Amino acid sequence: MHPAFSVIFLTTLIGAGQGLFIALFLVESLGLLGMAPMQNGTFFALGILASLILLGLGLFASFFHLGRPERAWRTATKWRTSWLSREVIVLPAFMGVVFLYGLAHWLNFNPTLFTLPGDRAVLATVALGAAGTLLAVALYVSTAMIYAAVKFLQEWHSPLTVVNYTVLGAASGFTLATAYAAWSGAQLVPVLASIAIVLTLLGLGTRIASLIRNARIKPKSTLQTAIGIKHPRIVQKSQGFMGGSFNTREFFHHKSDGFVRAVKWIFLIAAFAIPTVLLAVSLLMTVDPTSVLIAAALIQYLGLIAERWFFFAQANHPQNLYYQSVS
Amino acid sequence: MTQLALVIDLNVCVGCQACVTSCKEWNTSGEAGPLVDLRPYDADPTGTFFNRVQTFEVGEYPNTETVHFPKSCLHCEEPPCVPVCPTGASYKREEDGIVLVDYDKCIGCKYCSWACPYGVREVDAKRKVMTKCTLCVDRIYDETLPEWDRKPACVRACPTNARLFGDVHDPDSEVSTAIRENGGYQLMPEWGTKPANHYLPRHKTRITVREDELERSDNPLRIDSKLPKPDRDEPSLDDVTSW
Repeated sequence: MHPAFSVIFLTTLIGAGQGLFIALFLVESLGLLGMAPMQNGTFFALGILASLILLGLGLFASFFHLGRPERAWRTATKWRTSWLSREVIVLPAFMGVVFLYGLAHWLNFNPTLFTLPGDRAVLATVALGAAGTLLAVALYVSTAMIYAAVKFLQEWHSPLTVVNYTVLGAASGFTLATAYAAWSGAQLVPVLASIAIVLTLLGLGTRIASLIRNARIKPKSTLQTAIGIKHPRIVQKSQGFMGGSFNTREFFHHKSDGFVRAVKWIFLIAAFAIPTVLLAVSLLMTVDPTSVLIAAALIQYLGLIAERWFFFAQANHPQNLYYQSVS
Repeated sequence: MTQLALVIDLNVCVGCQACVTSCKEWNTSGEAGPLVDLRPYDADPTGTFFNRVQTFEVGEYPNTETVHFPKSCLHCEEPPCVPVCPTGASYKREEDGIVLVDYDKCIGCKYCSWACPYGVREVDAKRKVMTKCTLCVDRIYDETLPEWDRKPACVRACPTNARLFGDVHDPDSEVSTAIRENGGYQLMPEWGTKPANHYLPRHKTRITVREDELERSDNPLRIDSKLPKPDRDEPSLDDVTSW
């Protein structure tokens, strides 16, 4: 497939935004449970602002994918059958909850909503955070299912696609949260960096699993089934036109095999190896690790852009069987 | 339930591209607006087409065969492009099974083209919406045309009658008969899309002539010559057998 940067930015930016939100809510939960130092409202409000900026940029990028962005509102109508429609509904809903969560923290408006049995008070921010976490997971699933649901793209049609979108998004969000915690001076770097390392290594495992799976794929369609002639040797002599067309542009990356292989190694190193090392280094540092952690988050994000580019480029669409020879 | 479709006879198609140009001409002149042609006389031209004729070579030289292969939307009975559409712009008509795009609802997200294994949907670079074969829905129901003319433009253009048009759910229709009697098949059956369009395979027409048939009916003199010839002056039954 042709990797479109609108979609690459959409999926990587909102993935990091969702992960950052989950990390912030985890910080609050740990604080309330007394397992980590409690942070003030400004810490959460600023973090949520960063998350909202990422989500907003992703949403903005997605409009460049549309031919008719002025009709984008129509996409919310077919949620019964289309994962794209579901994503379009979940993303603004999630952004709304994230905004309310940040607003409640910023205004320090946190009444007890109700009390659970056993005298456990449920605060407004906790209820919003739980709802937001559910929506974040729903958004990971909807975004990934847009790709995993297309059975013709066998490289995508796998549960590993959903796992990778979720784990890689969460990992980049937690690395970002670690950098943010270091920058704001919160005593959270050890716990957040440890989780970020675990998520990054987990993501490395699941991404390698999908690389191995995709290397072994046997294409379901062949030239024989494409034109229905049962002969072992069929060669296309003409695709029917000598100029360009949508079919020759949209479904191929137009790069050499060497370039695609290079991108694979770049993302394996930049999205997983370097961030893991930098996060581990920050755990051992005695001086302020902010700059190291910001570098880790930036490199990981750039690595994930390469990862998403490769994700698209690697998928081989069966329609390409019909477009192999110009004249 | 009606399912309109094309049946394309690969045995007859000569790859003349008449259906391609006729399709483009009809559909670029319709109410939905022109199908774009960008840089048509320049380097790197591009344009939107609903129908293509491709050419494949089957076999190894010298035992090769050239197959001309017209390809347009197959109007699947289980169209995978329809459920993925987030706006409902892509739909399959209940009444005749034609898969259409509502150009006023389409947002041009291209998702349906990803979900089509046949590559028959094209985004129009100028209209910015997904376009595809409509089976000339603006022609086949046009009552201002004489009835024999109410067929898709590609079918009307084909000089060798390689394209048949009709209802594949009606067992007595011309297309159903052709599919049944000539081994009509579907493309990429492995995906379960159940294309409505069918293709008729190529076949060789051979006449088996046995030796004795040649001897007796086509060359009787070789047998007759073995018979004794009457003399010229011998009497005969009539004048015909005499020299």
